[in-house]
Amino acid sequence: MSAVIEEHHDHHDHKPTGIGRWLFSTNHKDIGTMYLWFSFLMFFIGGTLALVIRAELFEPGLQFVEPEFFNQMTTLHGLIMVFGVIMPAFVGLANWMVPMMIGAPDMALPRMNNWSFWLLPGAFGILIASLIMSIMGMGSAPNFGWTFYAPLSTTYGPASTDYFIFSVHLMGISSIMGSINIIATIMNMRAPGMTYMKMPIFVWTWFITAYLLIAVMPVLAGAVTMMLTDRNFGTSFFNAAGGGDPVMFQHIFWFFGHPEVYIMILPSFGIISEIVPTFARKKIFGYSSMVYATASIAFLSFIVWAHHMFTTGMPVAGELFFMYATMLIAVPTGVKVFNWVSTMWKGSMTFETPMLFAIAFIFLFTIGGFTGLMLCITPADFQYHDTYFVVAHFHYVLVTGAAFGIMAGVYFWLPKWTGNMYDETLGKWHFWTSVISVNVLFFPMHFVGLAGMPRRIPDYSLQFAEFNAMASVGAFAFGFCQLIFLYNVIKTARGKTSVKATGQVWEGAHGLEWTLPSPAPFHSFTTPPQVK
Amino acid sequence: MTAQPDNNHSGGDDNKKVVTRLMFIVIGMFAFGFALVPIYDVFCDITGLNGKTQGQVSFSEQPKVDMTREVHIQFVASLNESMPWEFHPMTKTVTVHPGESMKIEYLARNMTDHAIIGNAVPSVAPGLAAPYFQKTECFCFTEQKLEAGEEKRMPVVFVVDPELPEDVETLTLSYTFFIKPGSETITTSALHP
Repeated sequence: MSAVIEEHHDHHDHKPTGIGRWLFSTNHKDIGTMYLWFSFLMFFIGGTLALVIRAELFEPGLQFVEPEFFNQMTTLHGLIMVFGVIMPAFVGLANWMVPMMIGAPDMALPRMNNWSFWLLPGAFGILIASLIMSIMGMGSAPNFGWTFYAPLSTTYGPASTDYFIFSVHLMGISSIMGSINIIATIMNMRAPGMTYMKMPIFVWTWFITAYLLIAVMPVLAGAVTMMLTDRNFGTSFFNAAGGGDPVMFQHIFWFFGHPEVYIMILPSFGIISEIVPTFARKKIFGYSSMVYATASIAFLSFIVWAHHMFTTGMPVAGELFFMYATMLIAVPTGVKVFNWVSTMWKGSMTFETPMLFAIAFIFLFTIGGFTGLMLCITPADFQYHDTYFVVAHFHYVLVTGAAFGIMAGVYFWLPKWTGNMYDETLGKWHFWTSVISVNVLFFPMHFVGLAGMPRRIPDYSLQFAEFNAMASVGAFAFGFCQLIFLYNVIKTARGKTSVKATGQVWEGAHGLEWTLPSPAPFHSFTTPPQVK
Repeated sequence: MTAQPDNNHSGGDDNKKVVTRLMFIVIGMFAFGFALVPIYDVFCDITGLNGKTQGQVSFSEQPKVDMTREVHIQFVASLNESMPWEFHPMTKTVTVHPGESMKIEYLARNMTDHAIIGNAVPSVAPGLAAPYFQKTECFCFTEQKLEAGEEKRMPVVFVVDPELPEDVETLTLSYTFFIKPGSETITTSALHP
């Protein structure tokens, strides 16, 4: 893909100033920046909650917190990391990159873009307010796990559950509006000549993710609405006493929940598919199979939800169906991993920080994928269900998968955003400390999980003590090395690094976003580039 | 600031069309979330999953009794945790021939000084055998009201369908008594005066 652009951007760069620039922003870059900073802030808040959990689990017995507070930590850690970190970071990256990658001046619906961001601080303000009230002794924060199973969240939920419900409604509206915007942008704003099958893979993965979001976020909204009426208006959707069924909650939740986990990984697949060809200096291997694999994963995500519920007493036929359907997902995922590896094959590779994170992603995400395959085998799942093995599995796919993908993307595009090269030495330090500590943190969880340590319990039997101590050491190390990342990003954004980035930034970079100068002008392509 | 220059980028009309279509999906999926509730019930009814038993069954003619086969039926009773009744089956197990009509009784006693209305929710294990367990009379078909201190024997009349799969030798019928939602205020004050 090559493009011709006229270099007359500078004189239209009339940026509004002061707080109004951010509050009333309709600019895709400013909104993307706000999403990313919001996600970064939530990453440290959610991380702090995780460290409370790991401090408590450092040794057996109760040390620091009461079991009741421990439950609030697991709940809010999950909710914040899923809805407050991974999803906003992806939307932020989409805001920044999608218009630039398809040769558009901005997002299709800029005012809605503003609204969808500014709902988020409200939503998380409400959620975190319930935690602050809990710390101040004014009643419990949500304490039923991020999956909020009924009746824990309906009959037995604390008063703050209603805060949680409202907060989830706001997050849902925000995600839906963000997705509509991304779809409208991709469908209507592509530069002349950019057909669907010429779009960068990141754009493709987000296109599909946005459809997933539109399909399942309303179901989540429905689930929390049913909870709301069960709690406050006398309905009995999930209450057996009134003819409802708590198991139905799990079906509705996981009908949302399983596509949701792909929402949290597909854009990372896209990021990795941009980075690997750049640093291998080859075109991506199997472009169209990448697109079809993404679409197949999205389709399969709708028919596998009950693999989260094997132990609820399903008939054998149901268990077999969901087991085989889940195993099928390994096929398109395997295609992707194969394509990434083949892209690197015989490439002239260099190992800058984004590439290091991308390679770690491929390796560690594959480990998470394999433990997923183990979990999908129904008879084995009866042993693994609700143990630390599950915790290890989904942290491998979400931390070393989704979050590493985001970090890789930030390092990859930061020079484009700021016009300054980040500090490569600090980046390498961040990578190596992270990749070592994250494995010290999560790998031992496989062992204690297989040995039967249940998740979400603040205490454990003595035989799990060594591995838990190891995991806690890894957790604190991983937490603190993220400060290197924060420092590096701030240093780069403030222009304190010595090297200015060129327009192309990376020697092997191809694509429209690299034809713009660095930092990217306030409005991306005022004249659409021609894509051949 | 958002004005698009005169170029090949599509304008507002296309965006409106996309947004309208996507909003239909959003509204449709929100409705689908609620539609899952009846779908779930219908699905469980048809397949007998979840151990849901059918409602009242009436036979125009008695099914043929299969004297060659015996099925053990176990009876279990439990109370939802806020239910202040005593509740247990008078008979713990019976052995029946498929097709044979059998009557057993449960006993319930209201331990409080208030009248309480309860709902009994039945469940059969193994779940796949649930459609073959047919009740012709059951206290679970209606609400049960017990006056303060009242004791009541409640009958269940059932027939095991001769079509019951061969590998099922034991069926467990379980009832859980719940306080009727909405009548809870009376009982909680009765429990904690």
